[in-house]
Parts: sequence; C-alpha cells; structure tokens
Amino acid sequence: MRGGAVAVERAARATTIPVIQVEELTTGYRRNEPVLRNVRFSVERGALVGILGPNGSGKSTLFRALLGLLRPWEGRVLVEGQPARPNPDIAYIPQRETIDWDFPVTVLDVALMGRYPRLGLFRRPGKNDRELALWALEQVGLVDQRDRLIAELSGGQRQRVFLARALAQEPELFLLDEPVSGVDAPTQHFVFELLERLCRQGKTALVATHDLSCVAQRFDRVLLLNHEVIAYGPPQEVFTEALLHRTFRSHLLLLRYGDRVIVVEDEDGDERSC
Amino acid sequence: MGMSGAVELFVEPLRYGFLLRALVAAVLVGAIGAVVGSYVVLKGLAFIGDALAHVAFTGIVVAFLAGFSFYVGALAAAITAGLGIGWVTRRVGLSTDTAIGIVFSGVFALGVVLMAIGIRTYTVDLFSYVFGDILAVRARDLWAIALAGILVVGVVVALYKELLFAHFDPVVAEATGLPVGVLQLVLLLLLSVTVVVSVQAVGVVLVLAMLVTPAATAALVARRLASMMLLAVCFGVLAALVGFYLSYYASVPSGGAIVLVATVLFVLVAGLVRGRGAWRRLTAAYR
Repeated sequence: MRGGAVAVERAARATTIPVIQVEELTTGYRRNEPVLRNVRFSVERGALVGILGPNGSGKSTLFRALLGLLRPWEGRVLVEGQPARPNPDIAYIPQRETIDWDFPVTVLDVALMGRYPRLGLFRRPGKNDRELALWALEQVGLVDQRDRLIAELSGGQRQRVFLARALAQEPELFLLDEPVSGVDAPTQHFVFELLERLCRQGKTALVATHDLSCVAQRFDRVLLLNHEVIAYGPPQEVFTEALLHRTFRSHLLLLRYGDRVIVVEDEDGDERSC
Repeated sequence: MGMSGAVELFVEPLRYGFLLRALVAAVLVGAIGAVVGSYVVLKGLAFIGDALAHVAFTGIVVAFLAGFSFYVGALAAAITAGLGIGWVTRRVGLSTDTAIGIVFSGVFALGVVLMAIGIRTYTVDLFSYVFGDILAVRARDLWAIALAGILVVGVVVALYKELLFAHFDPVVAEATGLPVGVLQLVLLLLLSVTVVVSVQAVGVVLVLAMLVTPAATAALVARRLASMMLLAVCFGVLAALVGFYLSYYASVPSGGAIVLVATVLFVLVAGLVRGRGAWRRLTAAYR
C-alpha cells in the first residue's frame, strides 16, 4: 500500500534526519549585499528554538529561505531532508504589517484558510475541514468569536486567529516571526504555553523574538543572529554577556540580578512579561 | 394609471431592438463589473481599472489603423500593459502606483498621438468605441459581453478559495505553496477582459465607476467576500435598470444616468450605515 509505505518512510526519516539543516547559507535580496552570510545550524524534531537578533539582522530573511521563498546564493537549506520549497507542512506566521484588517473575512474563514493548501485546486472545504478549523479555534480560545469579523478583534485576538490557522494546517514545523510583539501579556503567555505543548507532541518551532527572558526560561535552543550565526546552543551556554554584546552591539543592556537576568533594549524600550 | 399602464412604461422602450440590446448590455456590464470590482475595491486597485481603460483606448486606435477587430486591439493592449506594470514593479523596483502611472500615461499618450496622425477622417464609429455608446451595442457585442461574463464568473467561482487566500494574505498563501503570482495575474486578466467589454457599453471614463461604485456600496454592508460580490451584483444591476429607464424617459445620456444612479445608491447606503471599518475599506480603494 502506497499510503503505508509513505508513512513508514516518514517515520524512518523522522528518527534519522534533522527537521532543518542549513549549510553554509549565503543569501539576500540585492546582488553583492547578502543579508545572511555563511549561516549553518540544524534543528532536531521537537525542538523549540528562539532566534534572537537586532532589527534588520536577517531573522525574517532566514524564515523566507526556510520557506523556499528565497533561493540560496550559496550553500543549502534542507527541510525534512529536502531542499526548502513552499509547502503545507510548514506553518508560517509572519509579522503583521501587510494584512488588510478591513478585509471581509470572519474568524472562522481565516482558520479555514489553513485547510486550503491541503485541499488542492477547485475543492471546497468539507465537514472534516470545518471541524479541524473549529478545533483549532478552541485551542486558542476563540471558538465563541468564530462569526466575528477580524476587523472587530483586538491585537491579541488577531494573533490568536493566525495561530489557529497555523494549527488547522496540521504542519510539522512552525515558523513564527515576532509572534508576541504588540500583543497583550495574557496572549504572550498563552502563545509560549501553546508552543511548548506543540513541541512536546513532536512538532518543531522556530520563533524570532526580542524577548530574551522568555527564551531563557522556555526555549531548548537559541540562535543568536546578526547576518551570521553568532552562537547556537542551549540558553545557558549562549546567554553570556560577550555573545549577547556581539549580537546586539550597543542596542542592549544586560543586567544580572541574583539568578535573574534582566534585559533592557534601548531601541524600542518596551518591557515584556513572560 | 392601471397595472397595465405601469407594465407598459417598462415594456415600451424594449420594442426597439437597439434599446433592448442596450438594456441587456447595461445589466450584464453592471453584474460583471461588480464581481471583478469587489477585488478591485478590496485591494485598492481602482487606479489599475482606470489605467486599463485608457490603455484599451490606445489598443482600439491601433486596431482601427491596422484594420482588425477593436476587441482584439483593446484586449491585447490591456493585457500587455497589465504584464508591463508587473515587470516594471519587479525589475525597476518602483512602487506599483508609480509603475502604473508611467506605463499607462505613456501608452495613453501614444494612443492620442496615433489618433491625431493616423485618423484624419475622424469617424463616429471610433468615437462611440472610445467614449462608449450603449445605444450602439450590436448583437455580437452582446455575445462578447456574455462570454466575458461566463469567463469571469466561472473563474471567480472555481478559484474562490485560492483568490481569497492570495488576496487576503499573499505572503502566507505563497508560503503554503499557492501560486500567488499566477492568481494575481488571473485577476489582472479578468479585469482586462471586463474593462474591454465595458468600454464599449459605458465608455472609457465611466468604466471605473461601474467597477468601483457597486462593489464599494456592497463593502459598506457585507461581512463576507461572497456576500459582498452578490450584493455588488444587485447594486450594479439595479443601477443599470434604473439608469436605463431614467435615460429613456428623461432623455439624458445612458452611461451617465447609470453611473449617477450607482452613485446615489452608494450615498444612500453610506447614509444608512456608519461603520468606521466600512469607510476605511472604501478609502483604501482610492489609495
């Protein structure tokens, strides 16, 4: 049986091949101005990885390369052992400046979009897709709001709708670009709880964030990025003053206070709760 | 006036073949324009609709000089120019608005110059194609409009979910593997076809109104894309019907009457609903 063979093959790959393998990646948007230089790292299945770096350090560019939306100039980007290409097994939640919030779609419509790539051309979402979308909305606590327009939601609720769409997509890998910037504290807390739960279930998540203390407490691995990889490893190894200074240059002040680490960013100066 | 008198009011103009054709054309254009116009309003593409109409003019002039069908000329010009903006935006790195401004004003100017040089004998026939005369619609124009309608509605229904995702959130749609560039091109082609068949019926200047006004009126009240399209079709058809009879009995130009009714409908609906979101969505259409 073909389906069985595919499942076995997937299971075999799952145990042997890292979910993400980036090898000597150099890429960018304009010729001779690479945004990423010689980036290499790999991510095991089930890992929750934080990507830290100042604005413009190439975090979003790295995501675009992992999605296959940006071709490597040099090196390779492998996802599940294959060269990266856009596909429904990766859920992507980009930064949200480009969304038109007045578009006439309801909360349930957006969650259902997560099913679209799985349906193929011309097919309409069926009962099963609807149930999955409702389940996803339940996960993010928005099932009661399903018939509201996205225009009527708060910032935190909007971010939850996109999380629901990602969940409805049933992906193996989550890529989240600044998922907690500009949302309320309960939603920030909620997003990280959800990510931890997903990773325990064997999903893999990469999260670009400014929130160092959350990363320190909750994440398995940290990638310090400033056009190249400054460091990659568990937070306790990577969070040294020297490495953080190399990553953020003058944008960051690091204070040790007992066993707590307090971080102040002079760039946007906003505090975050974990 | 009895029941039969009221019916007579509606039936009287339709005894003339050219008026019946005009009514059918107006209703079809109102409906097709409303469907495509819904995307135009949501994506703030009003400028593109206007620009395509002007490019179609140049296509018509070239077709006239070269002696082939006006439709072929207008459609070829609109599609070429549509691909042109995409190319200029990508290659030169200009904003879409600027790219449209450059490409289309240049092509339109070329049309004006060609007309001045090539068409010494300025014919009424060409005049009506450029400025639109719904009373001059021929049977084969009706066929062209009907075919365009079937194409537009067929594609919009078949690709409903893909077009919705690609226009609501193009970045994520592309990341999940949807061919967003192709879908945007499909919409541009539908827009070109709609503009070209509408130009004949309502004229270059009024195409924009038929694309934008009924859809913008629907945007004030609709909560879903599908219901917005259906409502827009209702408003477009209503404007065509009322405008047609107004034009007949008040002896005013039909294209102008239709657009005027559409505008009055918009003002009425806007007066009834004062949703802030709806207004923002509308202003986005003109950004």
